[in-house]
Amino acid sequence: MVEISYAQAGLDAVAEEMRRDPKVFHLSTEAPRPLVEEFGADRVRATPIAEGALTGIAVGAAGSGFRPIVNWSSVTFSFVAMDQIVNQAAKIHYMFGGQVTFPILFRASVGGGTRRAAQHSQSPYSMFMNVAGLKIILPSTPYDMKGMLKTAIRDDNPVILFESGRLDGLKGEVPDEDYTIPLGQADIKREGSDVTIVALAWLVHEALAAAETLAAEGISAEVVDPRSLVPMDAETIRASVRKTGRLVIADEAGPTAGASAEIAALATEDAATFAALKTPVERVCALQVPIPYSPGLEDHVFPDRNKIAAGVRNVMAAG
Amino acid sequence: MSLSPEQQRDMLRQMQTIRRFEERASDDFHDGSIYGVVHCYIGEEAVAVGVCAALNQDDQIISTHRGHGHCIAKGADLNRMMAELYGREAGYCKGKGGSMHIADFGIGMLGANGIVAGGIPIVTGAGLAAQLEGKGRVAVSFFGDGASNAGPFHESINIAAAWKLPMLYVCENNLYAAQTPATQTLAYEDVAARAAGYGIPGVVVDGNDIFAVHEAAAEAVARARAGDGPTLIECKTYRWRAHTERVNQPDYRPPAEIEDWKQKDPIARLVQHLKQQQGQLSDEEWQTMDDEIMRDIEASVAFAEASPFPAPEAALDDLFAEETLGVRHG
Repeated sequence: MVEISYAQAGLDAVAEEMRRDPKVFHLSTEAPRPLVEEFGADRVRATPIAEGALTGIAVGAAGSGFRPIVNWSSVTFSFVAMDQIVNQAAKIHYMFGGQVTFPILFRASVGGGTRRAAQHSQSPYSMFMNVAGLKIILPSTPYDMKGMLKTAIRDDNPVILFESGRLDGLKGEVPDEDYTIPLGQADIKREGSDVTIVALAWLVHEALAAAETLAAEGISAEVVDPRSLVPMDAETIRASVRKTGRLVIADEAGPTAGASAEIAALATEDAATFAALKTPVERVCALQVPIPYSPGLEDHVFPDRNKIAAGVRNVMAAG
Repeated sequence: MSLSPEQQRDMLRQMQTIRRFEERASDDFHDGSIYGVVHCYIGEEAVAVGVCAALNQDDQIISTHRGHGHCIAKGADLNRMMAELYGREAGYCKGKGGSMHIADFGIGMLGANGIVAGGIPIVTGAGLAAQLEGKGRVAVSFFGDGASNAGPFHESINIAAAWKLPMLYVCENNLYAAQTPATQTLAYEDVAARAAGYGIPGVVVDGNDIFAVHEAAAEAVARARAGDGPTLIECKTYRWRAHTERVNQPDYRPPAEIEDWKQKDPIARLVQHLKQQQGQLSDEEWQTMDDEIMRDIEASVAFAEASPFPAPEAALDDLFAEETLGVRHG
């Protein structure tokens, strides 16, 4: 085991997969220096600031036998490439009848808390969840980041890796040896018996902190990290809710048609899970506004450990 | 590069095959056996055939919403094309694509594409793949004058020029973006002039002269294979039919203009050339060729009609590379 940061785990995973498979190459508007030094400027290309073109280039290279990685940097810039993502990458395998595969990894940071205001603070993964044909992952620890990123590079489909900018410096242990984590498997980050908190990305850690506080109050919270949004591991979430009878969902995105809404629906549309619920589902999300700049404003908009704990107390009080 | 009479007859056969295929596709669309939308390539056949004649089988092309001609010119199977238009299981895309999404990756045909300019970055990625592989393959982007005003055109050509990708960018300037005249959207009439801004060659050719198209393409292919980067070729041409076969889009183009361009028919020009200048095609041979083509088209329709429609639940297949994924709602 070695302790590395979330960001380093991402870099290490890419480097290891590039060593392992010569068909993997990297496109981004800023070429990561360590990768350029090891693999050369042919395989680690600095592109013009033209996300639409470089996203499409990845689609064409993937359809021609390569396994491109596109780092959009922030999800903000992926919007410039929406035609290539939604009309091309997501649909091309399906609409051509599965003739060839399109293995592409897209990377994009999400989240806020960095005082960068509306255009550089957002978590719109649910917009992409709504597009059939994309796999979507959202790891919360260095271990999950490395293992899932490696799986995503080896996956034969377009995969979007959303990574929480707030977690870049988070340290955690990862194995020395090669390992992968299957997509579509949730991880129970803390076991508990009174309430299930399904939390995403940075909020996994806030939920764990809230669980500590709640434990001192005699409330036992289970923290479930879906890790993968498409496919979503509904069964692990449902099983946890059937056990605890209460569900709180914490998401750094706004609630409207968000991942939190999907998780609530997945839990409640299952008859046995619905029957086990003792109280209504509670969502702890960002307010449904663009993210403002001034610290007091931004902090007011985002959920955190205190708001999660308050949400848990609400459902405990409700029954 | 001079073309042998046999090569010229092959090109003629391909052009006439495209024309007959489009006539049939149009008829069958209006009869209701082809659904959705059909965009006919009639009048522009010399572009697809002239360019593809300069390519090898493993070279790659990408097409547009008006894609049947490029498919045929690259060597696609008429049966599987017609079956796709008919929405059948034996179609190229198992009935999931239709007219605007026919692809055959096995022959380097990376697909028709329903988004104007959407295919340009994708085939540029094929050009990058060709460069990374280093086996001398080239990639060709077909697009229209309308696409030349869209961002992906400029972004892609800039990247291909900067990286010296083995690419041909072939603009089929048929003077209209759907119904909007290019005169209203281009301040300068030659799209090819934009090449100068990216530091690559740009050439304008008569797109109804298959020899001019082929010569320009062959030169650009040689340049690309030699590692000297992309070329922008603008082929001035014209579509005889409306933008789509859909009746809700009337054709506002002046009838005299349409008639004028029909006088420049690329197929008639090649027939005349073979007959008169070289004596390489008799009236009987031309008639025989056309009869054979008509039989091929009939056979493709029979093939399509004999193929079953896909099972409704096949709508869930091919979302991902894996057979089943346990994704919600299928």
